[in-house]
Amino acid sequence: MKQKRPLVALIAVFGMVLMYAPSVAVAVFSVNDAIYGLAWRGFTLKWYKFLFQNEYIINAAINTLILATVSTIASTILGTALAIGLYRAPWSPGLHRLFDLVINLPVVVPDIIMAVALALAFNALRMVCSIFDIGMVTLIVSHVTFQISFVTLVVKSRLESLGHDTDEAARDLYASTFFHFRRVTLPLIRPGIIAGGMLAFTLSLDDFIISFFNHGPESVTLPIYVYAAVKRGITPEIHALSTVMLVLTAIPIIIAERLTRKF
Amino acid sequence: MGHDGAPKIPGQGPRTVVWLGELTTYWRLRLRSLAMAGPPLLWLTLLLAVPCLLLGCLAFASRGQYGEIVFQATAVNLKRLIGYTTFGWSPAFLYIMARSLWVALVTTVLCVALAYPLTFHIATRPPKKRVYWLILLIIPFWTNVVIRAYAWLLILGPQMPPAKIAAVLGLIGDGASLYPGPLAVYLGMVSTFLPFMALPLYASVERINWEILEAAKDLYGSRYMIFMQAVLPQTKPGLYVGIIVTFVPSMAMFVVTDILGGAKTMLIGNLIQQQFAQARDWPFGAALSAALMLLTLMSLAVFRWRRRDGNGGGSSIFGGFD
Repeated sequence: MKQKRPLVALIAVFGMVLMYAPSVAVAVFSVNDAIYGLAWRGFTLKWYKFLFQNEYIINAAINTLILATVSTIASTILGTALAIGLYRAPWSPGLHRLFDLVINLPVVVPDIIMAVALALAFNALRMVCSIFDIGMVTLIVSHVTFQISFVTLVVKSRLESLGHDTDEAARDLYASTFFHFRRVTLPLIRPGIIAGGMLAFTLSLDDFIISFFNHGPESVTLPIYVYAAVKRGITPEIHALSTVMLVLTAIPIIIAERLTRKF
Repeated sequence: MGHDGAPKIPGQGPRTVVWLGELTTYWRLRLRSLAMAGPPLLWLTLLLAVPCLLLGCLAFASRGQYGEIVFQATAVNLKRLIGYTTFGWSPAFLYIMARSLWVALVTTVLCVALAYPLTFHIATRPPKKRVYWLILLIIPFWTNVVIRAYAWLLILGPQMPPAKIAAVLGLIGDGASLYPGPLAVYLGMVSTFLPFMALPLYASVERINWEILEAAKDLYGSRYMIFMQAVLPQTKPGLYVGIIVTFVPSMAMFVVTDILGGAKTMLIGNLIQQQFAQARDWPFGAALSAALMLLTLMSLAVFRWRRRDGNGGGSSIFGGFD
């Protein structure tokens, strides 16, 4: 079957063009020396310079990074604990199905419903405690909520691929529960934890819908800033900002892919 | 693993077990596991499961004069949903729900049609080139949806070649743009979800047994027959995952239609966003969310049923991810 198939190749290239045309367009306009309109007026990097002088954008970038870092740390710990607690214990098959349902909930439920449900939860919790006033705290809590499941699913698949031999060997050698956890289980599932954490971090950086429903005026993230700018009227700075965001997400993907694929 | 039952030790009492090489009791194991899994489970229950149920209850409340929530059981929102308002019956909301299903369906079909040639092309490249193609496929998976949607605004703008060509052909007025409209929306949708379809599909295409395709050719199978009998059965697992992760979120999409579409391309996601952000009518927004959840569950159910019908397998709909 490895013959030349021009039609297949043509459609494949067309698909790639569809996926890349937007990014390329943004990158091209980010170096275009024109404030209004889209006509080409020559090459410039001044929009990138303006980017670093705009305090709103810098604030949004800081917010995005704080949000992604804090929520990733919290969700990686919680998600790993959940995976170990659920899949290394003698729960009945019925309970297992129930746990699976809860864990798969954020994967199946559409983003917008999760966003609305979280907004509702914060509204109710606000009556009890004022830290749930809309802002950075609600953003972090909402991100952790959807990240936990993804971390758990990744760590779980790692746990399942390990088998029980090493655990039994450790116990035969009189490892205590804590020693066994610290020196056997944790090192073995570390790749899963790192992969889950990276997934959680990227999901947080990329998220728009859940942040949109749960952010306050002081806790604008980069995707929200771009959305607001689109509604207000796009300036060339936004092209520069978007290009930076596109490149920053592409770099780790390329590195991870080069490291994991063994060709 | 886990619940397949650890061997009991005779004469050590009924609850004494050897679990992963450790001599212990069921209660100690459960307590220890609960100490780990308890907090995150509580978190997910309190912030996700309970609010989703609350959303269902809120659909039966109503909006007060100033946007506050009036907690008094009423079916007014459900009636509004199926079109009964104080001004008589109008199918507007039903129409938007039907359109959400339709747009999701068209997006999914277009993505499948593009993803098969794309993944076949990648799978038949020499290994070194394949890595580059794969990286090219993964990067758009993480491209922010807001950036991609507004980028289409730039491309479809009046001064850009696509709009100028369309104007020359007389499809649109001179100096008009190609947005808002269905074309812009579908371009936005397909470019957003093509990686979602292509990545799981590629996982299946990569493992295709090409000899079966050659055998089908040797037996003079038509192209259609080769696809249906030799390609489809082998790629079903990836295709199923791709369809789910494309269809469900595209039904709930609001960013693409919000930026690239007008009132005529409104989806249920846009309607929900309006109720929560602008109209401050949370109960009606909750009713719409419940309707969307119902549509999601229905499509997943149809899917599971279709899948049991065919020769797919696996225990969970996410089987393809593991």
